[in-house]
Amino acid sequence: MQDDRQPILSVRNLKTSFFTDEGIVRAVDGASFEVHLGQTLGIVGESGCGKSVTALSILGIVPRPGRIVEGEILLRREPENGQAQEIALTSLGDSSSEMRSIRGAEIALVFQEPMTSLSPVHTIGNQIIGAARLHRKLTKQEASELAVELLSLVGIPRAEGAIDAYPFQLSGGLRQRALIALALSCDPRLLIADEPTTALDVTTQAQILDLLRSLQEQNGMAIMLITHDMGVIAEMADQVVVMYLGRVVEEGPVDTVFGESKHPYTQSLLRSIPSIHSTPKVHLPTITGTIPHPYNRPAGCPFHPRCPDFIPGVCDHHEPELQSVGDEHLVSCFLYHPVPETSS
Amino acid sequence: MENDNVLLEVKGLRKYFPIRKGFLQRAVGQVRAVDGIDFHVYKGETFGIVGESGCGKTTAARCIVRALQPSAGEIHFRADGGEMTDVANLSRDELRPLRRHMQMIFQDPFSSLNPRMTLFDIIGEPLLVNGMADRQQRIERVEELLALVGLRPEFLQRFPHAFSGGQRQRIGIARALALNPSLIVADEPVSALDVSVQAQILNLLLELQERLGLTYLFVAHDLSVVKHICDRVAVMYVGRVVETAETQQLFESPKHPYTEALLSAVPQPDPTLRSQRIILEGEVADPANPPSGCYFHPRCRYAVDLCREKTPVLEEVAPGHAVSCHRALELDLAGTLDAPVPQTAHS
Repeated sequence: MQDDRQPILSVRNLKTSFFTDEGIVRAVDGASFEVHLGQTLGIVGESGCGKSVTALSILGIVPRPGRIVEGEILLRREPENGQAQEIALTSLGDSSSEMRSIRGAEIALVFQEPMTSLSPVHTIGNQIIGAARLHRKLTKQEASELAVELLSLVGIPRAEGAIDAYPFQLSGGLRQRALIALALSCDPRLLIADEPTTALDVTTQAQILDLLRSLQEQNGMAIMLITHDMGVIAEMADQVVVMYLGRVVEEGPVDTVFGESKHPYTQSLLRSIPSIHSTPKVHLPTITGTIPHPYNRPAGCPFHPRCPDFIPGVCDHHEPELQSVGDEHLVSCFLYHPVPETSS
Repeated sequence: MENDNVLLEVKGLRKYFPIRKGFLQRAVGQVRAVDGIDFHVYKGETFGIVGESGCGKTTAARCIVRALQPSAGEIHFRADGGEMTDVANLSRDELRPLRRHMQMIFQDPFSSLNPRMTLFDIIGEPLLVNGMADRQQRIERVEELLALVGLRPEFLQRFPHAFSGGQRQRIGIARALALNPSLIVADEPVSALDVSVQAQILNLLLELQERLGLTYLFVAHDLSVVKHICDRVAVMYVGRVVETAETQQLFESPKHPYTEALLSAVPQPDPTLRSQRIILEGEVADPANPPSGCYFHPRCRYAVDLCREKTPVLEEVAPGHAVSCHRALELDLAGTLDAPVPQTAHS
């Protein structure tokens, strides 16, 4: 679509760690990817793979004792007076006024749990009006009209009445819609949706995914969709990033990642999902073992203790780099790359 | 001849929860969580109950193991190959000898295990309660159970916090198996687990069924999992069964519009299958204040006037396939198995 254009957001070698009393948890350990306008980037992985921390890092809201230790996050602004502008989000202080003006306005976030991320003591309308007036010059009247418009845009019935509703008065699906309306209030160019449908039922999930897709068609924003559900990724994403223990293991266009996955983790993950179309009651191929505890990360490739194609002496000593294996298709695995020569 | 094979038969099961209001907590209404459901489960099969949150599937499961007292209805259960007993109206004491034959596996492996008890205490408790007083005997049985679910017997003295979600679910399964039950009621046993671990637990459940001849009542919202593990399925919507059939039949040719929409809403892990989804309008009906006629009619694409006026009943449309829809015979609904064939498949 807009492949030739510059990405709106580039994340380069992002490392975010949590410095706890028990040790250092490297939640994100060198993630790199790009998000383009009008496209959906899907980030997929199991619990503890660092997908949510990546989102928090981009917005500069990593909770203590975590912080970004390395890497760059570049946000590209629309060219004002002909000059495109690139802002390094990592160089801004988390609570600097510039970061605060970007957060919520240019990059908006939709959380997984709509009950805990909306204020229980403010009406839906007031929350949207507050956010809109913080970032845009609007009168109360204009902001309130905007709130009604947004609520009906996301498909909340009787939007005029809904602005006076408190979150507890709405069902899960409507709350998630309200949260999306709130995120859209400042017309963001990048919407980060962190497990936006995980707490919802399948039919409601279908509604919300459909909504996100049609909103993207209308306003051309970029969506970064974070989920553990391979089905949702296949449904929504243009580009896919597969993460495991804080590292990107595979990255590419959705058809390539699903159709010709290269990394043993992606392959086993896809095989282990029962599908409506697969033969029932057969033994599902599984990934042996469990996700390691973040305090004892394995040396070398983080996946090597569970990997069916583990190469002794290589995978447990060297960390594979993310390298190209084809058209826009990147994999970090020694099955496809030469092993570094340095002896360990 | 079939009747001998029925392990569990549920007839007209109802569970209403009162809505209490005011200082005196007077009941001002009722939530009809389960509103008259009928089904039967054959020995050795896996019977699935699917539906979205609030459809009453968990309440139904809890009534069957009598963790909740049903408001009305009959639950006939055959313990030890003997006569069918109606467990719905038994007193606590009468129920006691039957309880060991029906056990439950819970959804959340974190909150369903007592953090202050060791594995030996957790898995051994049902044995102790049911009269296995000898400690050495219990240790042996618990070790045997741990091995059965794929955990190392040395873990006996450890506490649940030392285990991952998948391992904890195995502990819960071992506890459920301790008394050699014939029926296992599994309430969303894999929905809290990561996909790679989910596959391990599904495999374990299938293996155990084969080895021990277990019968499962499998409650889930994930249709792919249900398709994988169940022989027959009942689909619930707002407290009622709207369709029940053999799994293959249900997925291939659903007869109820809700089943059709539910099947079409499941995102498939294959980008070539981005098909046209049926997006249901509106919200699930409120079981405290359900709509008239068919509960699904406000969201149904095929609703006619009759659907607003008359409540449909569950009727057999083909052998073993029952639907509660006025238009079941005239509609031609899409299943998932005849969905567009993936383009990559013709290699």
